Amino acid sequence: MKWKFKQHSVLPGFGLTLGVTLTYLGLIVLLPLSLLVWNTSSLSWSDFLKAVSSAQVVASYKLTFGAAFLAAVVNAVFGFIAAWTLTRYKFPGKKLLDAIVDMPFAMPTSVSGIALTTIYASNGWVGSWFNQAGIKIAYTPIGVFIALTFIGLPFVVRTLQPSLEDLDKEIEEAAESLGATKWQTFWRVILPSVLPALATGFTLAFARALGEYGSVVFISGNLPMKTEITAFLIVTKLEQFDYAGATAISVVMLGASFVLMLIINMTQWYARRGKK
Amino acid sequence: MKIKKAIKNVLWSFLILGVPSIISCTPSSDDSETRSATLLNVSYDPTRELYVDFNEAFVKHYQQETGVKVNVKMSHGGSGKQARAVIEGEAADVVTLALAYDIDIITEKAQLLPADWQKRLPDNSTPYTSTIVFLVRKGNPKNITTWDDLIKPGIQVITPNPKTSGGARWNYLAAWGYILKKELGGDLKKVNDPQFADAVKAAEVKAKEYLTALFKNVPVWDAGARGSTMTFVQREIGDVLLAWENEAVLALKEFSNEKFDIVVPPVSILAEPPVAVIDKVVERHGTREVAEAYLKFLYSKEGQEIAAKNFYRPRDPEIAAKYASNFKDVELFNIDDVFGGWQKAQRLHFNDGGVFDQIHQVK
Amino acid sequence: MTTNRSKRFRERSVPLLLIFITTAFLALFLLMPLAAIFVEAFRKGAQAYFASFNDRYAMSAIRLTLLTAAIAVPMNVVFGVTAAWCIAKFEFPGKNVLITLIDLPFAISPVIAGLIFVLAFGRQTMLGEWMIEHDIKIIFAVPGIVLATIFVTFPFVARELIPLMQEQGTIEEEAAVSLGAGGWDIFWKVTLPNIKWGLLYSVILCNARAMGEFGAVSVVSGHIRGETNTIPLHVETLYAEYSYVAAFSVASLLAFLGLVTLVAKTALEWKTKRKKEGKSISG
Repeated sequence: MKWKFKQHSVLPGFGLTLGVTLTYLGLIVLLPLSLLVWNTSSLSWSDFLKAVSSAQVVASYKLTFGAAFLAAVVNAVFGFIAAWTLTRYKFPGKKLLDAIVDMPFAMPTSVSGIALTTIYASNGWVGSWFNQAGIKIAYTPIGVFIALTFIGLPFVVRTLQPSLEDLDKEIEEAAESLGATKWQTFWRVILPSVLPALATGFTLAFARALGEYGSVVFISGNLPMKTEITAFLIVTKLEQFDYAGATAISVVMLGASFVLMLIINMTQWYARRGKK
Repeated sequence: MKIKKAIKNVLWSFLILGVPSIISCTPSSDDSETRSATLLNVSYDPTRELYVDFNEAFVKHYQQETGVKVNVKMSHGGSGKQARAVIEGEAADVVTLALAYDIDIITEKAQLLPADWQKRLPDNSTPYTSTIVFLVRKGNPKNITTWDDLIKPGIQVITPNPKTSGGARWNYLAAWGYILKKELGGDLKKVNDPQFADAVKAAEVKAKEYLTALFKNVPVWDAGARGSTMTFVQREIGDVLLAWENEAVLALKEFSNEKFDIVVPPVSILAEPPVAVIDKVVERHGTREVAEAYLKFLYSKEGQEIAAKNFYRPRDPEIAAKYASNFKDVELFNIDDVFGGWQKAQRLHFNDGGVFDQIHQVK
Repeated sequence: MTTNRSKRFRERSVPLLLIFITTAFLALFLLMPLAAIFVEAFRKGAQAYFASFNDRYAMSAIRLTLLTAAIAVPMNVVFGVTAAWCIAKFEFPGKNVLITLIDLPFAISPVIAGLIFVLAFGRQTMLGEWMIEHDIKIIFAVPGIVLATIFVTFPFVARELIPLMQEQGTIEEEAAVSLGAGGWDIFWKVTLPNIKWGLLYSVILCNARAMGEFGAVSVVSGHIRGETNTIPLHVETLYAEYSYVAAFSVASLLAFLGLVTLVAKTALEWKTKRKKEGKSISG
């Protein structure tokens, strides 16, 4: 069989759209990013390793990846429920809730950080409740997790909403008329068809959480080795005018998140292919 | 199709609105005929009100003197970040930053002004000064009056992270200098005297112990001074906040005076926020004359009075006497005497692997 | 009888439970922070709140933010639709890598996202040095702000549309081709109506982020008051100045973007409904 770059399709515009995509991607993303790698290359290999693997930096990787992953999982579960409820049911206050879903993006991150700290500090509206139970949220890793959940929430809800809106009610009804229970319909019909959107929302929320700085530094308290996120350490390097050190850490973060996201994207792709 | 039309309309309106506003953003540089000049002052964070007042006075003064109308543009941000921006190409005619190190680094990384810039203007190129004070809860319930009280068990101290906050670096160095002074019998001249090398070494060990104990009392390390103030004021965490004197007053102004007091310790550091003309930029813009006049005006009686009104300690003895009631007496030591300048202090204490890293990794 | 009643009870209780969870979750993570912002903004009363906007610099920040979004959002919409078409409608090797590359700007810390443009146009490069000597301003001026904003909002439209278009498949478009329709017609008449919800949500998201971005923009802006300060940067300056009430007041302005969302959604819903009705009457 002759190898072909793309599988045959009758639709027009492949060359044009791929060309535009690659050009724009190259100019806006890849070219500037290559400068990042280039800047890091001024470090010797051992200096690079030293910069990216000191105990403090490694502790921050653990916190950042851990909290970001957890936040993305929580967002995937509750974001799904929220998107479902907002598209399917009518209830008072629904429009208001729907309208403010994008707020975590629109608010300057420092404002969000302060607002979250106000709520979750031990004298805050919610924090005081938890404080009575002996749980501290602000200035602990839980606080980091809260901030990361906040900033990732719109991704999941907003990627799911169009897919749910698009979902054919007739298929569900057909499934039910064939005797499927609600659960079965959900697991066998609804979930598979919105899975790509859900996975996308998850990936984006996760990715955004890895890089977040502004809102986290207020609620985390930046305790050395305990609640320092990686982005914070990058800033400390910049404050010392250590550009190479800062870019080195971000190159590592970038590589790691690229691999993780690629794995998620590939799994999703295989799952879709397996289905067909 | 309606959607198509709508999108077309939107795109056109973007073009129509967008292009002229971009053009209008490009600066007009025809200065000589209209007898006007533009200055960009890149400054650090809480100097907005100071320079609003000062710029107004300067513009008036300069127009009277020369007939030239000056438009002063301001940029505010973290001192280190502002220095980076100037290094990278922000066209600052003058910089008015928080510490000399941030201007030193501009000479070092981009050679925009000579290395001896600090000698060009009186008083180390710092027309006004400040110091580090304590903000405590009303009535000072924990009775905190001096640096020694900060390391007592059960006292919570709020200070930002020295790695990201210039203000926190001042706090740190103030504490360090105080201990050295105490251990050396009050005579900081011994620091640079080889005769007393052993005594200095012993004092430094004490200082390190002191700071280790101090940082054990710090429950939260905010990234910046404002974050710390929030933590202390709004979250009601901590017994004492370490802050610049002028910032402590600003915080009192925004929140009520009824809940907090300012305590001035008997000994503290002399915080010198320096100013400088960026030679390469003023030469390119032809603004050297006005830039130099601008900085000189900071030293005039009028400039000094404006600084004093904005809670900076003026250099001019006459103005200082006039505003003496606003500024409590405090014995101040100089960073050059104790640490041999900012560059050395930064390298030794705050760079990766420095004394600060050693201290908090002991925990 | 009893089974019937319990079934009905279950049918009702599940939505109720879901509505409860949703409301609780969104209240905890969205409503409360929003309320906290307004509480801060009104701490000194309504007069102080409105006084915050009566300021030349606040107005110029609002103008700059609108301008930035007005350039960045359409550019990313055009790119996003193009990329989504290419990725969702065709099969080709390296697709996953391409999608992941599109995701990348999200994973980059905003500070670094700004830094890369500084590295490109700053003094370190020959190009930057030359531009500085000739007073050509990209960074520390409006173009840099727009560039950084485009970068951080780059993936939104594409990533929102790709899963949606994949799910919809290519059958309708293929049918249109067999009826002899051209590429543009297919896009305007078949694809666009199908993806309109996704497009709307992605524009809303993209716009929110474009207006709210602080980290990346702050690195390239230079913070010149009245000239290169966007709303988030203006908020930061006020906050750094201990003017907390003013800072939160100006920030609360961005919360009203929610209203825009509301209006846009209602308009689209209404339009869709009317079209459907029109169809059913004529057909």
